Amino acid sequence: MLRLSMKMAMVACASLIASLAAGLVASDAALAQTQTVKIAFIDPQSGLMAPVGANILHSYQLIADIANRENWAKGVKFEIVAFDNKLSPQESLNAMKAAIDQDIRYLVQGNGSSVALALSDAVTKFNDRNPGKEVLFLNYAAVDPDLTNSKCSFWHFRFDANSDMKMEALTSYMAEQKDIKKVYLINQDYAFGHAVRKAAREYLSRKRPDIQIVGDELHPLAKITDFSQYVAKIKAAGADTVITGNWGSDLALLIKAAKDAGLTANFYTYYAATTGVATAMGASGLDHVRFVGYWNVNNDKVGSLGEKIVVEFKKKYNDDWYTMASYTVIKSLAEAFNKTKSTDPVKVAFALEGMKVQNVNGEVEMRNTDHQLQQVLHIASWQKVDGKKVRFDSENTGLGWRTEKVLDSFVASQPTSCNMQRPARPD
Amino acid sequence: MTPELALISALNGISYGLLLFMLASGLTLIFSMMGVLNFAHASFYMLGAYFGYQIAKWIGFWPALVVAPLLAGALGALVERFGLRRVHKWGHVPELLFTFGLSFIIVELVQVIWGRPPVPNDLPPELQGHLFTIYTTTFPISRGFIMLVAVLMMVALWLVLTRTRIGLVIQAALTHPDQVEALGHNVRRVFMLVFGGGCALAGLAGVIGGVVFVTEPSMAAVAGAIIFVVIVVGGMGSLAGAFVASILIGVIQTFGLALDYSLAGILRGIGVEVTPSTFGYAVWKLTIAQVAPVLPFLLLVLILIVRPRGLMGTREG
Repeated sequence: MLRLSMKMAMVACASLIASLAAGLVASDAALAQTQTVKIAFIDPQSGLMAPVGANILHSYQLIADIANRENWAKGVKFEIVAFDNKLSPQESLNAMKAAIDQDIRYLVQGNGSSVALALSDAVTKFNDRNPGKEVLFLNYAAVDPDLTNSKCSFWHFRFDANSDMKMEALTSYMAEQKDIKKVYLINQDYAFGHAVRKAAREYLSRKRPDIQIVGDELHPLAKITDFSQYVAKIKAAGADTVITGNWGSDLALLIKAAKDAGLTANFYTYYAATTGVATAMGASGLDHVRFVGYWNVNNDKVGSLGEKIVVEFKKKYNDDWYTMASYTVIKSLAEAFNKTKSTDPVKVAFALEGMKVQNVNGEVEMRNTDHQLQQVLHIASWQKVDGKKVRFDSENTGLGWRTEKVLDSFVASQPTSCNMQRPARPD
Repeated sequence: MTPELALISALNGISYGLLLFMLASGLTLIFSMMGVLNFAHASFYMLGAYFGYQIAKWIGFWPALVVAPLLAGALGALVERFGLRRVHKWGHVPELLFTFGLSFIIVELVQVIWGRPPVPNDLPPELQGHLFTIYTTTFPISRGFIMLVAVLMMVALWLVLTRTRIGLVIQAALTHPDQVEALGHNVRRVFMLVFGGGCALAGLAGVIGGVVFVTEPSMAAVAGAIIFVVIVVGGMGSLAGAFVASILIGVIQTFGLALDYSLAGILRGIGVEVTPSTFGYAVWKLTIAQVAPVLPFLLLVLILIVRPRGLMGTREG
């Protein structure tokens, strides 16, 4: 009896090995034909920030469709798999584990630097402990400067301009606006909001020492549904200008409250072009609201690639495509796959370092030293659609963003303190 | 603080406080009557908002303002009749756990039906715009509307409880349910009515809160925490206490946000050197505005220590 079961076990073992080997052969064969690379999209799909997450998920899905259709990566198809992180660092780590369990080797995330800092750290630790199973973290929007400075990681790549770069561009523009006298800072109380207020104070005092900072507010992230009291404070401080890094509901509701209270100050923002804000401000924001970002569809390149994507996105989702980084991320991956003829994250990471790709703005470079993408920045103001400078509206309001200034990438470029720890380069 | 900021803060505080009262009045009524701390109360607030959103889409906001609370109330009555009443015989703790579980079920149901993101629940055109201007700040009609509805509701509630037959029965059943039953009144039905009525009031607050603020699945959890503070501070089961506590908490929160004073500032004012290298600087530099969201909970803890029965409560413990 015992001998028989031993024999059976051996047979079972042998067949297992045989099937494993067959599986390996099969997957090798598949690699040669078409392979699907799954990308885990780890961002909020519930809670106050869910509309933002939903829009960006669609952006990635559309770009993946385009990449597959146009065969960007030879023989490699892209598939986006969504994970809801509820904007929580802890939930994001669970999502990362779930993604890794599904053999996903590429993570994209952007909403919340608190989340990005946790993910970058976790990915770095995971890769140290699991050689051969490395995952890459492609950050398209979390802009805390630390991620490419003191806390930089070889496994993290940032495709958005960081907070300091945006503030550099914004304050360069503000320095020319002579009517700015009193500035109020209002930001979310976490890593990113702190970075914004620090940079705003530093750069303004360097470029326009005559400007007075009349308020410096921090409020909880994604918790507040009524900003009227904050707006009352801004009014009481006599501010003519507000600088805010707020995004999602925190910006939409802030601007809604400003409208309700009749606040006429100008808003200089990072994220006024994101979901919900256009609807919240409507005509009350006309010429009062500006944003700094890496792209605006209403630029001087009429009939550009970006416009085509905006049109296709609108047709498919009846929504606005503004997360241009979704294009840069997928395009960069595709080129790295082509260059290395591999989808192995280690090889791809080395290929991404210093890589130059064409996105809808033109050429951008992933800086070798800190994995911070170098790209042009746009400043735009909220105006009526005129068919010339404002051709596309936002959220069907009949109003859209007019490009005021395009700053070359060197203007906003910042030095880095990153001391990059690289693994051994694979052959 | 400028007079403009003070006035606006007061108005914002009172309108927020009145909305809290709409929520808390139902909760405290249910508690005083049935001894049940209804953990699912704020879920009916959320249901009111979602019902209001859905019904407004079909037949307009104004009919929804009436229908949605009635629907929430009917649902509440059903919960009492077929849920709570059965659990009642096992005592108060199972009742508490029942409503606790119910709150989770309602949130999940709402997410299944309406999704996880906020729904586009907008103000009707009649409530958009400004009511009046104080100095240079405009006061939105929507906030005035919250105050109006809350005051009307308060008056109606007071009239029902003190001037109608059913109100007298409810009042009597609060303290002497057995006596009232012996007199031939159906106390169980009164319980159902009170529970349903309380839920309807929460639903009414929800319809209005939903359009003025944001309608989304976490609104129940956010409101739930704060209304417990209201009824504990006001005194469990006391309507007058709930009113005072609602206004108090509304005003504390809004004025708190307006005050940028910190311990560090005060210490500097009396000549003590406080710098970023001082021990515990993170605490010293906190301003009242930054801790404003926690102030109601601080008040809760203080009240429980100093006056456990609340400001106007009659029960001990």
